[in-house]
Amino acid sequence: MTLLSVDNLSVTFATNDGPVRAVNGLSLELDAGAALAVVGESGSGKSQTAFAIMGLLAKNGQADGSVRFEGQEILGLPERKMNRIRAEQIAMIFQDPMSSLNPYMRIGDQMIEVLTLHKGMGKTEARAEAARMLDAVKMPDAAARLSMYPHEFSGGMRQRIMIAMALLCRPKLLIADEPTTALDVTVQAQIMDLLAEIRTEFDTALILITHDLGIVAEACERTIVLYGGRIMESGPTEELFAAPSHPYTLGLLKAVPRIDIDQEELAAIPGEPPDMSRLPAGCPFAPRCPLKMPRCETVMPELRHHDRLRRACHAEPGAVAA
Amino acid sequence: MSLLSVRDLSVIFDIQPRNAWPWTPHHKLYAVTDASFELAAGETLGIVGESGSGKSTLARAIAGTVPVASGEIIFDGKDLAAMSPTERRKHRRDVQMIFQDPLAALNPRMTVGQIVAEPLTTHEPNLDKAEVRRRAGEMMERVGLLPKLLNRYPHEFSGGQCQRIGIARALIVKPRLILCDEPVSALDVSVQAQVVNLLRDIQTDMDLSILFIAHDLSVVKHISDRIFVMYLGRQMETGSSADIVRAPHHPYSQALLASVPVPDPSKKAAHARIPLEGELPSPLAPPSGCVFRTRCPKAQEVCAGERPPMEEVSTGHLSACYFNERMDFHRDAAE
Repeated sequence: MTLLSVDNLSVTFATNDGPVRAVNGLSLELDAGAALAVVGESGSGKSQTAFAIMGLLAKNGQADGSVRFEGQEILGLPERKMNRIRAEQIAMIFQDPMSSLNPYMRIGDQMIEVLTLHKGMGKTEARAEAARMLDAVKMPDAAARLSMYPHEFSGGMRQRIMIAMALLCRPKLLIADEPTTALDVTVQAQIMDLLAEIRTEFDTALILITHDLGIVAEACERTIVLYGGRIMESGPTEELFAAPSHPYTLGLLKAVPRIDIDQEELAAIPGEPPDMSRLPAGCPFAPRCPLKMPRCETVMPELRHHDRLRRACHAEPGAVAA
Repeated sequence: MSLLSVRDLSVIFDIQPRNAWPWTPHHKLYAVTDASFELAAGETLGIVGESGSGKSTLARAIAGTVPVASGEIIFDGKDLAAMSPTERRKHRRDVQMIFQDPLAALNPRMTVGQIVAEPLTTHEPNLDKAEVRRRAGEMMERVGLLPKLLNRYPHEFSGGQCQRIGIARALIVKPRLILCDEPVSALDVSVQAQVVNLLRDIQTDMDLSILFIAHDLSVVKHISDRIFVMYLGRQMETGSSADIVRAPHHPYSQALLASVPVPDPSKKAAHARIPLEGELPSPLAPPSGCVFRTRCPKAQEVCAGERPPMEEVSTGHLSACYFNERMDFHRDAAE
């Protein structure tokens, strides 16, 4: 069953340099309980996609298109209705947990507030539930930790608290924006394992926004690759990694240093990520693309099916693999 | 013969306790304890460890920006740690640093030309202006930037370009050793590969030794000849890249390796994770014996007593553990 369907989503920011289009004609579908990765470099529009879905764009941002959650259009919903959906249906966790927790409030009080507000629970009941949830994210000695302040925890523990808070109302969809980027690898592994466990336990769908291809390979069944605000390629993670059909995906995979195999030299993609206020008329990747044709600079290729993948590229899929 | 040889290097910081009287004795923070390694000319040593393991402090001690408590830093036959500041200044140009945040490491009010030329004008104040400019331009070209950009300011460049400027600044005085503190962790994947390749090219050209600090084991494995694993200021394991990545013996190295995600879905769960319980202990009061014992899955009573000595498990491969045991990882990873 389709839980979330995004159709032709565009995000435009009004800036002093004129309108900047951060996301351009993005469509995606997510089934209940599934995990989708949105991969891209800085400025690819991956975070803005999440903010648009959550209705959390900055004031100068404008989202167009359609975002349907369980069949209901949620784009442009009034703030009051959106507030209910945000906590109870869709939750989000961010890269830096410290900036999303209130430093002046004990974590217990922050969690209790969510439950009394959205679930109408009494204080005692809410406190027990908060402790249970902290326990579910493997916080040792959960009940006692409720009276501690955010600064008393380490980065990994704060991210656990964020996950616990996000799950308090049992949302059907969790959006995680670079949840482990600020953490050490051993802690990252713990958090990713925790997310996987929680997904099965609470049957939560996951959108994982990241630049790290390693955690995508381990955590998500489907992947979308973004560049310059557009989808370059999407499909089942295994196929996409095994036989990428887009030159950007292939370039990314070759540029990552691998611990498991030997590489003579990393195949870097020449050039720099695009300036979003001065995007080329055609494909945003064209200036760095090894397979560039004259057409690429003027016409944006459509997203077309190729086996089980979808790709936006003028070059033949065979030419990419070669 | 090795260019740099660090012997039993310790760095201890004095920390004044909060809300204490001025005469209360200061706490001692053990940032680095008894680190020893050798670095040959043209070789790359990677230093890995989690945040708080003391890897940056180790690099700074070698650069001379933090005081050394004990131990020797023998560079080209002379002990840098025992030198007077005046004496040491003569050796500064041989050891240069590259930092993590490329934009923060560049003075926003100086032009790129001034930034790149500054080390040169400091160490060779009598050089005439045209020559300085020529060499700065040459260096810009070497790191893949157009020399005509010398009059621009840092904010006009992207992260990857700023890191290239940082590299040009470090290399203009022709150092023999560069200390790279997380040089690529702030960069996007595609740009990170460019900078890593650039560093390797330049190293071959200039016969540079590199001390490469990063928390990303995949990058360290790619660029380093040998790897030095640290935990809470102590050396856990040292060996060739291949030894550490394919056959680590120390439980901490094994836990680190088991946590590294592999960007290949077909290899999912190739290695069971080795969970580390609890948190990094405070460096103000490190555990007795082996500092890793509080989180180690193999810890026994003996670990709390005498500190485990460095045991040579194979040629040039050292590991400090009473229960050294080979564990096979990534067999295809040679080099």
